[in-house]
Amino acid sequence: MTRSVISLTATPDDHRVARLAAAAIGLALVDAAIPMPLPGVKPGLANIVTLIVLARHGWRAAAWVSGLRVIAGGLLLGQLLAPAFFMSLAGAASSLLALAGAVRLPERWFGPVSWSLLAAFAHVGGQLALTRLWLIPHDGVFHLAPILATAALLFGILNGLIAARLLAELEKRESSHGGRGERQRL
Amino acid sequence: MPWLSLPRPGDWLLAVCGAILCAASFPLAWQGRAEKVVVRRGGEVFAELDLTRDRRIDVPGPLGVTTIAVEKGRARVVSDPGPRQYCVRQGWLERAGQIAICAPNEISVQIVGNGRTYDSLGY
Repeated sequence: MTRSVISLTATPDDHRVARLAAAAIGLALVDAAIPMPLPGVKPGLANIVTLIVLARHGWRAAAWVSGLRVIAGGLLLGQLLAPAFFMSLAGAASSLLALAGAVRLPERWFGPVSWSLLAAFAHVGGQLALTRLWLIPHDGVFHLAPILATAALLFGILNGLIAARLLAELEKRESSHGGRGERQRL
Repeated sequence: MPWLSLPRPGDWLLAVCGAILCAASFPLAWQGRAEKVVVRRGGEVFAELDLTRDRRIDVPGPLGVTTIAVEKGRARVVSDPGPRQYCVRQGWLERAGQIAICAPNEISVQIVGNGRTYDSLGY
């Protein structure tokens, strides 16, 4: 038997994605710990990270961070491959699709709050569709739609505002430090 | 840094659109789509009432007369000679599939919508 060495080289981009995904996973755990009155209603704090990555590093990096968060978050919460995991996968996939369109909106008029709102609505839309098709094949699930949509509206705006604020702070810090160096950090 | 300066004009527009969408979704999703009320006596259909027309009917059973009222798209048992009054205390039936059963007097009131629905859903 010949010994073979498999070496994986991680680029700085990989490191950055990993670091951001770690932040998103942390927020996803916080999310899961917050008690909510209804099944399916969650603040979705991890999406703040997705929004920031989208603004600073583009859609591909955002998709990576979001996907890693869904899988690692599922592992940590013990729901990998359980229905809840597929729910969060459906939500993440549909909101990434929405974000792919949202980033093309004119920057002057539409910012992270718009992205967050569109992604939040797509998120509950995708989850409702999956629930109707697979988990609860009955039109009764649509009775939940108004509540989920309202939660999406509120938390979408909230997360968007937080992301916009963090982005503004980051920009301010970078311009005062004149820094490429800072940009590398987040 | 003030929070209100963060959203851009389109953000406000989208938020308002979203709010309108949410408000509109409530009546849309929560319409019962119930159509008629079926009153049974001893397992046989005694009467089928239109939910949109207000009226009151008396159904004679083995114990006495059970009164059923339809009002504003809802139906209920107003009075019943049964000893425990479960069907009366159940109150208004609004959604398709809901049923009130006055077992002692062998009378039931059920709301029927488009297509048959389940009695309950568990998840």
